[in-house]
Amino acid sequence: VSTYYDEVQELKAQYPDWRSATLPALRLAQERHGYLSSEALRDCADALGTTPAFCEAVASFYDMFHLAPVGRHMVEVCTNVSCALVGAQQVLEAFEQELGVRAGETTEDGEVTLRPIECLGGCGWATIVSVDHHYRTHVQPEDVARIVEELRGGA
Amino acid sequence: VAHDVVLAGAADRDLTKLAEYEAIGGYRALAKARSLPAQAVIDELMASELRGRGGAFFPTGRKWAFIPKPDQNPNPHYLVVNADESEPGSFKDNEIMSRVPHRFIEGCLITAHAVESTRVFIYVRGEYTGPFEVLTAALDELRDRGDILGGVSIVVHRGAGAYICGEETALLESLEGKRGQPRTKPPYPAIEGLYDSPTVVNNVETVATVPPIVEMGGAEYAKLGVADSRGTRVVSISGHVQRPGNYEIENGTSMRALIYDLGGGVPHGRDLKAVIPGGSSTVILRYDEIDVGYDFNSLLALNTAMGSAGVVALDDRCCMVQLGIRISEFYEHESCGKCTPCREGTRWMTQILRRLEAGDAEQHELDLLLDVCDRINGKCLCPLGETAAVAVASYVDKFRGEFQQHVDEGRCPFGDSSPLHNVLAPVAMHTHSPVAEVPA
Repeated sequence: VSTYYDEVQELKAQYPDWRSATLPALRLAQERHGYLSSEALRDCADALGTTPAFCEAVASFYDMFHLAPVGRHMVEVCTNVSCALVGAQQVLEAFEQELGVRAGETTEDGEVTLRPIECLGGCGWATIVSVDHHYRTHVQPEDVARIVEELRGGA
Repeated sequence: VAHDVVLAGAADRDLTKLAEYEAIGGYRALAKARSLPAQAVIDELMASELRGRGGAFFPTGRKWAFIPKPDQNPNPHYLVVNADESEPGSFKDNEIMSRVPHRFIEGCLITAHAVESTRVFIYVRGEYTGPFEVLTAALDELRDRGDILGGVSIVVHRGAGAYICGEETALLESLEGKRGQPRTKPPYPAIEGLYDSPTVVNNVETVATVPPIVEMGGAEYAKLGVADSRGTRVVSISGHVQRPGNYEIENGTSMRALIYDLGGGVPHGRDLKAVIPGGSSTVILRYDEIDVGYDFNSLLALNTAMGSAGVVALDDRCCMVQLGIRISEFYEHESCGKCTPCREGTRWMTQILRRLEAGDAEQHELDLLLDVCDRINGKCLCPLGETAAVAVASYVDKFRGEFQQHVDEGRCPFGDSSPLHNVLAPVAMHTHSPVAEVPA
């Protein structure tokens, strides 16, 4: 079983300079820790051979990196123009209702975080909902209960 | 109207499989290119008149020709493919990578040969799990195919959520493991790109067009399309059309045909109000301006652009102030914060637009909105803020009466009958750049 440290060394070897492994190393750290906690950032820095401050400075720029705890599952509803035109707001509200949280919040049991997201690049298959980073296409408000049930069931 | 070059064969076969792609002659263009000197491949691209499909429309052959020869610059050459497709309205690169990954990879290998590079980095936006998995599987299939890879390494590098990383120098910063903020230009990437080395940055569709060009010959490819916009384009059609999707068309096809023939027209018997022609960054067209060729010059004559080929149709229920808010909020969220006019200006634009929508804005605020747009234009390192300003100013320009109505009536004439009413944008959720409470 390879350790996080070893995996990052392999990543570094793919690039002309170790720095290019920063984003992939952060992604891996987040997958392991759930979010980029100070421990995760320290592990990342150790493996890259840099400082936690550098890792945090980079991570804080990017939307997909979380510096605070998030749910075990992530539900992201695209609310940019093409999705909004065919009812993305209603889909977002259906998730709020079904999960009992407001957009931007995590369910009390820590299972699901719901948030709106900028254009996911699936405009012709609107509304796009990214569930644990896999796209659901043509989502309608009436599909929401089933998606949440799937998440809860698989939890 | 449709014309398959980039997506050729994908309707009939599963071209994600190497065997299927080879069965239709896949990777033959690569063998042909490698039998030619690098310069001959560049000449073929020059003859094709291919221009970059990412939105800037720069002639691809010329870009490649800028790369210094090894005796002029001893640093390694890199090919970086911009697969950070994030422009609202565009989803063509998603489909190209997902359906013809091998044609795309073949394009990478031909391009690497032309610019004498052995290292390719494909920067895929972090959210594109699907295309990432398809590309990874395609590269796995090539692992033992030294005859195809020819000693070139291809790394698929995943972004982490930032629209600005579609800007080529921000992309390079991000690929170097930093915050994705644009660099000053010049130097251009061809001279000092990735790790200060000569670097070609090309869009996915551009690269995927290279194998067909090499196969049919540049002159033959240039017979397709119209002057200054040769060949085909994969156009993303979305919004209020019956059949949204990606359609490969010959450049110069009329916009009306895109909306009504390919897209099937506006659903529910409603009327077309406006069309965003090339992604959210482009000047909007009114319903009566769509009898125009979908090509560089024809759209330029209307002061707009093909951009990244994201065509978004809006029906007559849509409020243009609400559209302005949603677009402005997008750019406000995605501004990297480096240049003040963009960072602050997009926020001001949103604030004024929100006052207009609420019916609170006075006459001078409408002028102020245009003034703020004007003060962003041409004053930033990259086009992000500028495109926000140009797009929103175009909504005011083309629908001035509607903006005026918001001021005169002190309310939105559309309200919640518009599908863009009260749409929650991520900028409202922002946790990454908390705004400090300033004590009174």
